[in-house]
Amino acid sequence: MKRFKSSWPSILVAAVLIAIWWLAVDFTQSAIFPTPKTVVLGTLELARDGSLWEHIGSSLMRVGVGFGIAVLFAIPLGLWMGRVRGAFVTLNPIFQILRPISPIAWIPMAILWFGVGNASPIYLIFIASVFPMIVQTTSGVHTIEKRYLRAAENFGVPRGKFFRQVIFPATLPDIIIGMRIGLGVAWLVVVAAEMIALRSGLGYMIMDARNAGNRYDLVVAGMIIIGLIGLMLDGSMRLLERMKNVRWRYAH
Amino acid sequence: MRIESPVKVKIDNVVKGFPTDKGRLEVIAGLDIDVRDGEFVAIVGPSGCGKTTLMNIIAGFLAPDAGAVLVNGKPRLAPNKNGMMITQQGSVFPWLTVRQNLLFGLPDDLPNREALAHDYTELVGLKGFENNYPHELSGGMLKRCEIARALVVKPEILYMDEPFSALDALMSLRMQNELLRILAKEKHTVMLITHDVEEAIHLADRVLVLSPRPARIQASFDVPFAHPRKVSAPEAQALRVKILHELGVTEGM
Repeated sequence: MKRFKSSWPSILVAAVLIAIWWLAVDFTQSAIFPTPKTVVLGTLELARDGSLWEHIGSSLMRVGVGFGIAVLFAIPLGLWMGRVRGAFVTLNPIFQILRPISPIAWIPMAILWFGVGNASPIYLIFIASVFPMIVQTTSGVHTIEKRYLRAAENFGVPRGKFFRQVIFPATLPDIIIGMRIGLGVAWLVVVAAEMIALRSGLGYMIMDARNAGNRYDLVVAGMIIIGLIGLMLDGSMRLLERMKNVRWRYAH
Repeated sequence: MRIESPVKVKIDNVVKGFPTDKGRLEVIAGLDIDVRDGEFVAIVGPSGCGKTTLMNIIAGFLAPDAGAVLVNGKPRLAPNKNGMMITQQGSVFPWLTVRQNLLFGLPDDLPNREALAHDYTELVGLKGFENNYPHELSGGMLKRCEIARALVVKPEILYMDEPFSALDALMSLRMQNELLRILAKEKHTVMLITHDVEEAIHLADRVLVLSPRPARIQASFDVPFAHPRKVSAPEAQALRVKILHELGVTEGM
């Protein structure tokens, strides 16, 4: 009920926008641009023949694998760069150069190296999400307050315990922020990658709908579904922020 | 109440300075202090006189430029569990529960670690809050947790740098009484840095007054009153006036 209270203005604005859209299509008598009604009907058609779920499944699978590999790669590397000055000084400039290169610019390379199968988009998702997570993790280690490091030093605990109970949990809130950013760009990139080289996924679904007879109802349906799934992915990452051992960073 | 026990902490002609744009800034100029086993020494001084620098050197977090700090006759080169530091800002780990904070300093293979953590949680009056996270505690409870976490590893010495300054006056006084109650049981050697002269008189066996920078010992006062003390008693107030006078503050004029 409380959630509804805070979200009803958004729902109202969305309803107004949909109404304007509908009226505008009706008013201009557009032959090609869909109304909200045809979008819903198109979506139901795809849901019924099962292809919608296949496309969603392919896109999510690619994001899951590419993002998962990026997490396994970025967190240890980020922690290491945060603690070892030599690693930071050596690797940081390289990552700062690679980071601003749009993942879209990597598409030709990905096709050259990995062909047009699943490996290409997975590689692109990896490239897109790994750098923000490395940067955020490293900066998380760098911003651990000195008083906590001193306290740990005072107790003289073994290295493994120091890492498990101080460095990692102190950095965890930043790691989660990095994962939110990383998953967000991963979702952006999978759709773009699928538009170019693939035969499945939501990105492919959009391009296919346009190429196969200007089905703009399905184009819009694909866009809305992408937006909704993106929202859900971010929501799932936000659940991590509710863990009790990271609340100290977000609570105030 | 002069304490005639062996010297626990010996600060031997410690010198410390920092480089600045305008050359070297001398912060501590040849300081000597002997702290005896079980003694409670308070150090007061004007702000910016290098008290915190001094405490960091004594606890082993900072190396002196010259001179040495000896603990039990041996040079102290790095911090260790034998001397626990408690600071104004506090350092209870916010990502661990009260219980996990207390267990942190205890070796994983110590058989009675859970029991020890439990006992000290009880000692400082945090029973029932073992599984709470620090952000769920009040400032006073957080301080209790920090004291318990320091004591549970059985240090011989406590280094306290303005430990209660961030608390309100009432809570500060309450924590001072708590500290005395705990020390009556545990008999630690304590070095306390404070700007609160009444706190020093309330707690310490001896009060040292530091000079403005570069810091040296300007005066030393024994506090010959038995516990529990009344800081409002005339002789305690007379001592307070004397200490304040050393600090360059003259009251009522």
